[in-house]
Amino acid sequence: MKKYEYTDKKDTRSGFGAGIAELGKTHPNVIALTADLAGSLKLEAFIKEFPDRFIQCGIAEANMMGVSAGLTIGGKIPYATTFANFATGRVYDQIRQSIAYSNKNVKICASHAGLTLGEDGATHQILEDLGMMKMLPNMTVINPCDYNQTKAATIAIADHVGPVYLRFGRPVIPIFTPADQKFEIGKAWHVNEGDAVSIFCTGHLVWEAIKAGEMLSEQGIEADIINIHTIKPLDEEAILASVKKTGCAVSAEEHMINGGLGDSVAQVLARNYPAPLEYVGVHDTFGESGTPDQLMQKYGLTADKIVEQVKKVMARK
Amino acid sequence: MELEKLEGIATAVRRDILRMVAAVNSGHPGGSLGCTDFFVALYFDIMRRKTDENGNPIFDMDGHDEDLFFLSNGHISPVWYSVLARAGYFPLEELKTFRKLDSRLQGHPATAEHIPGVRIASGSLGQGLSVASGAAYAKKLNGDDKHVYVLMGDGEQQEGQIWEAAQFAPNKKLGNLTAIIDLNHAQIDGTTDNVNDNRDLGAKYRAFGWFVEEMNGNDMEEVIRTLRKAQEDPDVPTLILMHTEMGYGVDYMVGNYKWHGTAPNADQLQQALNGLPLSVGTTDY
Repeated sequence: MKKYEYTDKKDTRSGFGAGIAELGKTHPNVIALTADLAGSLKLEAFIKEFPDRFIQCGIAEANMMGVSAGLTIGGKIPYATTFANFATGRVYDQIRQSIAYSNKNVKICASHAGLTLGEDGATHQILEDLGMMKMLPNMTVINPCDYNQTKAATIAIADHVGPVYLRFGRPVIPIFTPADQKFEIGKAWHVNEGDAVSIFCTGHLVWEAIKAGEMLSEQGIEADIINIHTIKPLDEEAILASVKKTGCAVSAEEHMINGGLGDSVAQVLARNYPAPLEYVGVHDTFGESGTPDQLMQKYGLTADKIVEQVKKVMARK
Repeated sequence: MELEKLEGIATAVRRDILRMVAAVNSGHPGGSLGCTDFFVALYFDIMRRKTDENGNPIFDMDGHDEDLFFLSNGHISPVWYSVLARAGYFPLEELKTFRKLDSRLQGHPATAEHIPGVRIASGSLGQGLSVASGAAYAKKLNGDDKHVYVLMGDGEQQEGQIWEAAQFAPNKKLGNLTAIIDLNHAQIDGTTDNVNDNRDLGAKYRAFGWFVEEMNGNDMEEVIRTLRKAQEDPDVPTLILMHTEMGYGVDYMVGNYKWHGTAPNADQLQQALNGLPLSVGTTDY
């Protein structure tokens, strides 16, 4: 197993904040919007430097999505920011009609996704957002794994013309990808070469997959670990190449198993190369209050759970 | 443009609307007929639109340096399509394809088929005021002094998103935005008063910080006069309560909400067309 170490820990939302602040300098058409969550989305640096390009919408997410669509008509690149719950479920129809169907160049930037939002509980812990967004035609869906990858993705999506859903989170987690990485939309990152099992992981589960890979390696099982940061368009080529080598796979995501990355992987395999697949994700249930670590533990979104599912899927080969 | 000419175009547009919905036995004639005078005034007199040396419209999505129009109550697409075609955005002939397979003229307006003149999809109600506010905001950021117009329905005022946008536009000083409400007091299930009373819309918008005007939307001269007045304050958006009669121009449709979303049959169509004779210089599609 390739060695991954970290010296620093940061939240992915801070990667977003750093990314958009940097973008502000190179892309004069980038506009930041928020619905009363400028602090939570780490927009301070952007606002300080570009106050005229910041739009505070107040607690009115539906309007924010419509305003964003309208701004694109004037050639702007709006980054509409709020919590993932309010950036998707609350405004699905606005996104569907005014952004996705109309193919507008809006970047929907969603923080506090999943269980790791923590103590606020299930009302805010959306676990269905990737599914909703990936079903929309024209929509690109990205779920980066650490501070550096989130920053790189934030910058990269500015030059992609079309609607994007960028999902990140609240907790402070290890930084293990390079600061100078080039983010390529739709191109998976090969975390580790192995031939025993494929692990397709996204978001906060990538670090867990790395830890799982180390545990497995100690037991003589070398996992092929692939970070699918872009849920849509999916890097089908990378998925198939890996499973053709390993013959089985585990998906790992901080999302409902219905409609998430695992489902996308299953579809690719079923169509092209049927092989056993096991899921690490949330099984048809809402979350609850707790610390992020407690919740990830209770709902089985851990390295241990990945190892368990690897054993299970390898036995099915 | 001279009033007489505008009235002539309006009659041709009304004939288009009736023939379009009758041809596919679906669509929304009532609101379309009621808003015809407004659309004709807007496109043939009020809006500063980009044109080539022959006077034909030039359409680009960004719409820099020209006035923009958004239709929030997308179901009255027949009137918009007819006016766009007659203003030269696409061939008049294309009105024949309305609501048919492989057409650019979807039941509700959309950009997916790249029809010139349409900048966003509408149909799911309540979204147009937000979109128009965003476009007006972009114009201000771009130093573009042109204006943004948006038409909404009165039934649509029951949607919550409208009131999010109604707070936003005055707070952001979008004086380059004029919103018009088609006040015909009718929606699918009955009168707006009975379904879910809007009460005093003028007072509501005034309280939100809008400059509020009223006009008779079926009086071409008054429509033009009022729309011209709407652009005076650079920091205050304007809301116009446009009183119209649903089905205006077709006697048996006027004031009957049944014609909100019902097409006339062949006899009814003929009867309606007989009451709307073409003026010199206009033809049917």
